[in-house]
Amino acid sequence: MIARNKKEHAELAQEFNRDEDRVNWHDETLWWIREKRDKSAHQIPEWEHLREAASQIKNNVLSNLHNYLLQFEKNAISNGIELHWAANADEHNRIVHRLINEANVVRMVKSKSMLTEECGLNEYLAQHGIEVIDSDLGERIVQLAEEPPSHIVLPCIHKKKEEIGEIFHKHLGIEANISDPQFLTETARQHLRGIFLTRKVALTGVNFAVAETGEFVVCTNEGNADMGAHLADVHIASMGIEKIIPERKHLGVFLRLLTRSATGQPITTYSSHFKTPRDGKKIHIIIVDNGRTVQLGRKDFRNSLKCIRCAACFNTCPVYRRSGGHSYHTAIAGPIGSILAPNLDMKKYADLPFASTLCGSCSNVCPVKIDIHEQLYKWRQVIVKNGYASTTKKAGMQAMTWTLSSPFLYHLAGKAGRWVIKYAPFAVNNKLNPWYKHRDMPASPEWSFSEWYQKNRQN
Amino acid sequence: MKVGLFIPCYVDQFYPGAAIATLKLLEKLGVEVFYPPKQTCCGQPMANSGFEHLTTGCNELFIENFAAFDYIVAPSGSCVLHVRDHLHDDKNPGAAKVISHKIYELTAFLTDVLKVKRLDAKFPHRVGIHQSCHGQRGLHISSMTELVEPEFSKPLSLLQMVSGIDIVELDRKDECCGFGGTFCVTEEAVSVKMGKDRVADHLEHGAEYITGVDMSCLMHMEGILKRQGSKVKVIHIAEILNAR
Amino acid sequence: MTSREKILMTIKANQPATTKLPNITEFDHEVEGSLLKFSSVLAGVGGKVAYVSGYPEIIRIILNRNDNNLRIVSPVKELSALNTEKLVDLTSSHNLHNVEWAVLNAQFGVAENGAVWITDKEMGQRVLPFVTQHLAVVIKAANIVATMHQAYELISKTTYGFGTFIAGPSKTADIEQSLVIGAHGPRSMTVFIIEGHKHAEGI
Repeated sequence: MIARNKKEHAELAQEFNRDEDRVNWHDETLWWIREKRDKSAHQIPEWEHLREAASQIKNNVLSNLHNYLLQFEKNAISNGIELHWAANADEHNRIVHRLINEANVVRMVKSKSMLTEECGLNEYLAQHGIEVIDSDLGERIVQLAEEPPSHIVLPCIHKKKEEIGEIFHKHLGIEANISDPQFLTETARQHLRGIFLTRKVALTGVNFAVAETGEFVVCTNEGNADMGAHLADVHIASMGIEKIIPERKHLGVFLRLLTRSATGQPITTYSSHFKTPRDGKKIHIIIVDNGRTVQLGRKDFRNSLKCIRCAACFNTCPVYRRSGGHSYHTAIAGPIGSILAPNLDMKKYADLPFASTLCGSCSNVCPVKIDIHEQLYKWRQVIVKNGYASTTKKAGMQAMTWTLSSPFLYHLAGKAGRWVIKYAPFAVNNKLNPWYKHRDMPASPEWSFSEWYQKNRQN
Repeated sequence: MKVGLFIPCYVDQFYPGAAIATLKLLEKLGVEVFYPPKQTCCGQPMANSGFEHLTTGCNELFIENFAAFDYIVAPSGSCVLHVRDHLHDDKNPGAAKVISHKIYELTAFLTDVLKVKRLDAKFPHRVGIHQSCHGQRGLHISSMTELVEPEFSKPLSLLQMVSGIDIVELDRKDECCGFGGTFCVTEEAVSVKMGKDRVADHLEHGAEYITGVDMSCLMHMEGILKRQGSKVKVIHIAEILNAR
Repeated sequence: MTSREKILMTIKANQPATTKLPNITEFDHEVEGSLLKFSSVLAGVGGKVAYVSGYPEIIRIILNRNDNNLRIVSPVKELSALNTEKLVDLTSSHNLHNVEWAVLNAQFGVAENGAVWITDKEMGQRVLPFVTQHLAVVIKAANIVATMHQAYELISKTTYGFGTFIAGPSKTADIEQSLVIGAHGPRSMTVFIIEGHKHAEGI
């Protein structure tokens, strides 16, 4: 049973920061990926134009989603694909379960799908006696470790190779104290090869679904989605409603941006276009809502649905790098997660939009130009208006407002603050002052600027 | 041209030197500067915390104090960005819009309006530039490493006019320092770690001073430097550009 | 109301006003696909490049590499001599689980990312280019385009039930960002480039 935390980001981040060396390791690893992304982007002189084009294509998709979905459905069906619609996570899981039952099996192999993570598919199926094996190496590792993934592209970026060796020793029977990535990957290769060859049902995600042709694209570096799908009798593909793109030629734009943004590679090793099922086999697509239609109706936040799940925003976020994906206690972490999650459950995820300094780096790396940092700001207003700010915070903000809205009170408070720092430093230099935990207070100047101006310039 | 000087609340109270330097620098460059005495705060601390609806008082005060000027100049990227993007008054929407077009962060004002080409300043020290996020990404006072765009930096161009100065290279040119307003206390652990990492970058490259356009970032880094017992100091860019 | 109806109805009500699609022809360069660039990018992602005069040379090279007489499969007519079995049984995907070498034609290469485009027409069985331990594909030197935009221009003129871009051998960096070649798919990938009138630049 994968644990879901009740703690909020700040507390989880604080726990994460207890091991400073580990934070440095996590931060440097992800920054290196950001640098690879930069290097790759700078090799494309028209990079910013590509981003603009991708952004406009996705804007068009959201504005015409109804018709594009109908078009996709019609074309997919005429390709021989069966389509299903799921209003929410539970319905999605039940559909998958039914399809597995219809195939008369109790096991399934799955490649990376953050949507299924969002829906809690693995847990649901386990409760119903269905075994799911995650075939992506990173996902298999966290599956064996009974943890959720911490990053949507690099699921076990939070794990060191020694820890992975330990997990494989425990679950896959290799010797103890092995940490060579080559050996560990080979171990997973052998272990999963047997799985691919024996599973009749394979589930994949969908990176892009093309309305014009009724085909869908699945991108991997490992080839695991293909190994599962082409050896199975039944291929189930789960997609969010927003994965639609209008025409096949638009893939040119998205496939140029996706992997460069994600890892700095020019393209994933495999970008597989599924149009028809193999002879005598089946492809099922499950189109999932699960809160997306609600987000579509939020004028300030609908652009978050443009996301192509590249995780560039994770890699650049100085807060994510120093707090780790698990601090966000949600399927999709990082900056994009922080603007998607409050739509799903505003109370549970009220802390996430505040886990940011609003530095704006995320918006700059987003290949589809989602205004992430602006949406973080706007979510803060919505969350407070809906009553999810603490009473102390509300009181503190009200006090600040009164003080700062009145020149008299403002100067009085400023003078008092300076006096306390100068003559009664113990009042602020203590454990009750969170600033003081790791930082000295600023020095107290003799005069404020306004006092100086009054003395020296007011004639 | 009549310029209204807007001094951020924490600069007014804790770093008057930066404000004095801003005033003197502008006057040196031939600008007629007025300091409306009834100014307080731009309202950002409340707004960024989700309490934008409480900023009416600050907004009204701001408009009252600054509507009459040709330009408003402030030694802060973050306050200027906030005013530009969020200042509004339902009773007087036009006034807010006009102000948002004429408010400038100091280095942007010097570069874009005064078009300063030389400065009579001297600061013979090794200096690291901290690219405060709101000024950089919000006001675009310098190019951003994420974007594929030609490199430029208004603060750097001005600092290069200062004789004797030695600008240090950094590993991460525009990573956030972690101050982030109330973030600095609500997410204390991450905020401090970000600040420590920023400071370490400057220290590793031999900076004697860390400068930037926002005193808030510098105040946060100064708190860490002092706690570490470091001799490295923070200094607002106005003080360097005004130094002799 | 079915979920489908509910979802579509809500979308119709909530979607914003229509915005236009951008014109992406600005990305169609007149530039030809550079063979040199294709080769160097492919090498950068762990692939191997071999310039050959024709299919006979490919046969020689592959047979030389296959010391242990392990199983080779090729649906390519000109390469039928490579097949270790008289008749290549491509009716069952599972039958291919122990293929050591698969040699397939690809339709074209893309210089900007070292990828080749290959469809079920060329594969015979879809699992073949993934399940094989080593993959080799054959393209003609003239069939290299510069970018993905040109690639999709070519693709629009064809049909397929399944098609994929393959850029190098399978790989993962999931373990502490250490790049390991040979995850679940092939451990190596070689692209044989048949030179015709277009000569490799600077080789």
